[in-house]
Amino acid sequence: MDNKNSSRRSHRQIKAEGFFRTTLFSIALLMIVLVLGVFVTLVVQSVPSLKSLGAKYLWDQTWDPVNNVYGALPFLLGTLLTSFIALVISIPFSFAIAVFLGEYNPQGWLSNFLKSTVELIAAVPSVIYGFWGLLVLVPIVRDFETKFDILPYGIGIFTSSLILAIMIIPYAASMGREMIKMVPSSLKEGAYSLGATRFEVIKMIVIPYTKSGLFAGILLSLGRALGETMAVTMVIGNTSLMPTSIFAPGNTMASVIANEFTEADHTLYLSALIELALVLFVVTVIINMIGKRIIKSYTND
Amino acid sequence: MNVKIKYRVFKSKLIQVLIIALAFVCTLPLIAILVYIFKQGITKINWAFLTQLPKPVGEEGGGIVNALVGSVLIVFFASLIAIPISILCGVYLSENKNGKVAYWARLAVDVLQGVPSIVIGIAVYFWVVKPMGTFSAFSGSIALAVMMLPIMIRSTEETLKMIPDSLKEAGYALGLPYHKVILRVILPCSISGILSGILLSVARIAGETAPLLFTAFGNPYLNTNMGKPMQSLPLLIFNYATSPYDEWHDLAWGAALILLFTVLLLNIFTKLITKRWHVQL
Repeated sequence: MDNKNSSRRSHRQIKAEGFFRTTLFSIALLMIVLVLGVFVTLVVQSVPSLKSLGAKYLWDQTWDPVNNVYGALPFLLGTLLTSFIALVISIPFSFAIAVFLGEYNPQGWLSNFLKSTVELIAAVPSVIYGFWGLLVLVPIVRDFETKFDILPYGIGIFTSSLILAIMIIPYAASMGREMIKMVPSSLKEGAYSLGATRFEVIKMIVIPYTKSGLFAGILLSLGRALGETMAVTMVIGNTSLMPTSIFAPGNTMASVIANEFTEADHTLYLSALIELALVLFVVTVIINMIGKRIIKSYTND
Repeated sequence: MNVKIKYRVFKSKLIQVLIIALAFVCTLPLIAILVYIFKQGITKINWAFLTQLPKPVGEEGGGIVNALVGSVLIVFFASLIAIPISILCGVYLSENKNGKVAYWARLAVDVLQGVPSIVIGIAVYFWVVKPMGTFSAFSGSIALAVMMLPIMIRSTEETLKMIPDSLKEAGYALGLPYHKVILRVILPCSISGILSGILLSVARIAGETAPLLFTAFGNPYLNTNMGKPMQSLPLLIFNYATSPYDEWHDLAWGAALILLFTVLLLNIFTKLITKRWHVQL
């Protein structure tokens, strides 16, 4: 078919078509180059730090740019703590939303209201969460800390986790809902016909069936939490010391980059920060890839 | 036996109430944020706020015109860069479902979607800011464009997949060359999906701060030169919110209200176009 047609087409049109195809192809290539480019840039720029600090960098506890001492452990710990606490807080809520929208009440104005709310939670810019956290949440946390005789910083790892928890609810919730909606109704109906209550159907049919999908949703939430910068930077307190408790101020990998990148005045300092970005990049990419793999294997079944 | 059944039914009801309660507790922080920002921001917004430059610390009043202009310019140029690239890439991915390059490109888009925005800021710093020797609004646009790409490519690809093949075949049957089938038949048919992708990604990046920290950098004065540092709404909110001055907090509240209002409006508008519920990951 192509042959017959092309013989009639003018030379110009064939040329235009070839040009168009090449353009499409090179733009797809551009995407690959772009991502590799980010990775290569980070690796190249962190070479000085990789060379002179080595692997020790990751578990050294002191971060003192003035004396040229760089240890990333406080930030690794800060990132892990904030993300983990945020996940623990957010999971019950996002699970509840997923079950409500997927199982109890998939349609109607009430679920539409909830859907729009979840969507808007994801839409609010992180700098606004940070601003609100700084001026509203921090005083509340401070009052709470005074009551329980904890040093009342207000700002700190716990406050950042609270803000993060709100911010990541939508991701696990929307993913979980989609998974729960995919449970075949024949399975559920079978259980109902055997006399199972609604809760038993959720516990014994829906959750086992969607287990890995729900886990993938949590992974994607975690990926968000690890890389979240602005809101955390604004409420975590920004100290480079090892966090002494979850209520103490700290720093995450992303927040220390945000704070110190433009101030980094010598090569090693800058490259130590970029190595942090490299770690962040690799970790989030791996977590996201695992999550997406699971979801893909799910939707293909 | 009867008691046991009653217990099971009661337990089921109890869990249901608990789940509904938990689900709706989530709406509280959003409502709290919306109400608080509205209350704080609405009193600050007036004509002077929209048309004047920020005043130095200690002086009442002043506005955020530099950030408004900056945000519009940076986002506009980011869209200008990202829209053609992502539409074409979306076309390629939907046309080549099984190719090797398509596989890797799809993977790259997935990866890009998960990359923390601050990392993109750093990459663009080394690609644009360092060679040019100065922070610039242009580099900010590039960083934001990189963030727009995955969202728009995904929505374009998914929209194009839903266009029936018969449409394309009809085009070929009329003797149209490939590029005309795509540009004149397929893309016009999927305009609403593409448009919603554009709106959604603009809404996402309009509030992005982290990639602008090392690129557009911020500027206390009005600047329309894309080659120079430029202020933007999120940067202004970040800088002024973390400052200790009440006058600056006031400016930040007003800016936060404008930003929030714009972003939410874009989201609602997108929803009206698509009517499909899916939180963009």
